[in-house]
Amino acid sequence: MGSRRQKHLVLILAREFASNLATPTLIADADGTLVFYNEAAEEVVGHSFAESGEIPLDEWTASFSPRDAQGRPLPPERRPARIALDERRAAHERFRITSRDGVDRDVAVTAFPLFAHADEFVGVVAIFWRC
Amino acid sequence: MSSLRLTIWGCRGSVPTPGPKTVAFGGNTSCVEVGLKDGAVLVLDAGTGIIDLGLDLVDRGVRRLHLLLTHLHLDHLEGLRFFAPLWDERVTLDIWGPPSPMLGLQERIARSFSPPLFPIELRDVPARVTFRDVPREPWRIDGVSLAADLVVHPGPTVGFRLETAGSSFAYLPDHEPALVGIVERSSDWISGAALAEDVDVLFHDAQYFEDEYETRVGWGHSSVSDAVAFRRAVGARRLLLFHHEPQHSDDSLERLEAHAQSIAAPEEPKAELAREGMVIELP
Repeated sequence: MGSRRQKHLVLILAREFASNLATPTLIADADGTLVFYNEAAEEVVGHSFAESGEIPLDEWTASFSPRDAQGRPLPPERRPARIALDERRAAHERFRITSRDGVDRDVAVTAFPLFAHADEFVGVVAIFWRC
Repeated sequence: MSSLRLTIWGCRGSVPTPGPKTVAFGGNTSCVEVGLKDGAVLVLDAGTGIIDLGLDLVDRGVRRLHLLLTHLHLDHLEGLRFFAPLWDERVTLDIWGPPSPMLGLQERIARSFSPPLFPIELRDVPARVTFRDVPREPWRIDGVSLAADLVVHPGPTVGFRLETAGSSFAYLPDHEPALVGIVERSSDWISGAALAEDVDVLFHDAQYFEDEYETRVGWGHSSVSDAVAFRRAVGARRLLLFHHEPQHSDDSLERLEAHAQSIAAPEEPKAELAREGMVIELP
């Protein structure tokens, strides 16, 4: 069959949805690879998706040094998108990041899993905004 | 014999359109027969074109069939109730279709075989019928490799890719890839691209002229220019424009074909209109 790997239709539709939102939104696939974030998200994280490209979500998230209100590093198991990926449930958290432009920002993130069918997990969507 | 023999029994979209204005391209809704080297037969979709195909299959004595449904909109299903092999107890028919998050394939098809739409229940048809969700991974039937993937169209809808050692064919009769982007997209983000990549022949939705499409965005069908753009994006070697708008007469369709050819680059293959009775042999 075709040699190219095709994104699942649910992810393609999610990307189109996100690209038309003013709410910062990112999408990761079932393997935990960040596959897209929209222009609104670019403003928060300080660089474009074209610059970052598809990379592991954990690696991308860690690059912003996420930390809690006391300044302690936010472990992966408290990061909403990671929870949605691992536990396949919705999750929400507030934390602080340092954007690529060097600015500290407080953000709230809500992530939820995407299921094409009850037994077919295809990825996660996370929406976030400045607090 | 060729490894794949494609016969178009219906290529009209949305609703059957018999009459003097549709004689050249036909008024039956979607149905394509795929004949294999060993005489086996696969059928793509069960629009009204399947009615005449069924009679022909009876004449030929074909009693083992696979029917592959892209989706269950009426124009892809309405001929099934009048498909002669279904009423022959000697026939074994496997019906493949897109999985739904809610109801199984059999339950969804059974709706059209029940009062007040139809007097006979699906469970009472004589043929031995099995219902199968299309697999998520490629599979084989009678020596042909098949792949199905969800594509942009309202409700669960798949396209198909069929491949033999020497030939490949993609069937996306109801598809609106422009809704999520075609141009300046990497192909892994284009709906249906993996199915149609580098195929010898692509049957693709081209229901509308561009001005018609502007008022029908989101209805699940493509303009002719989007069909041409999709072919270009996936590198298909031949494009057949499929799923003709019921309001388009033969004259109108000829203008649509001419338009499709005018917007393609000189080095690109010229798009052709699918027409009832057309046969395409693939080596």
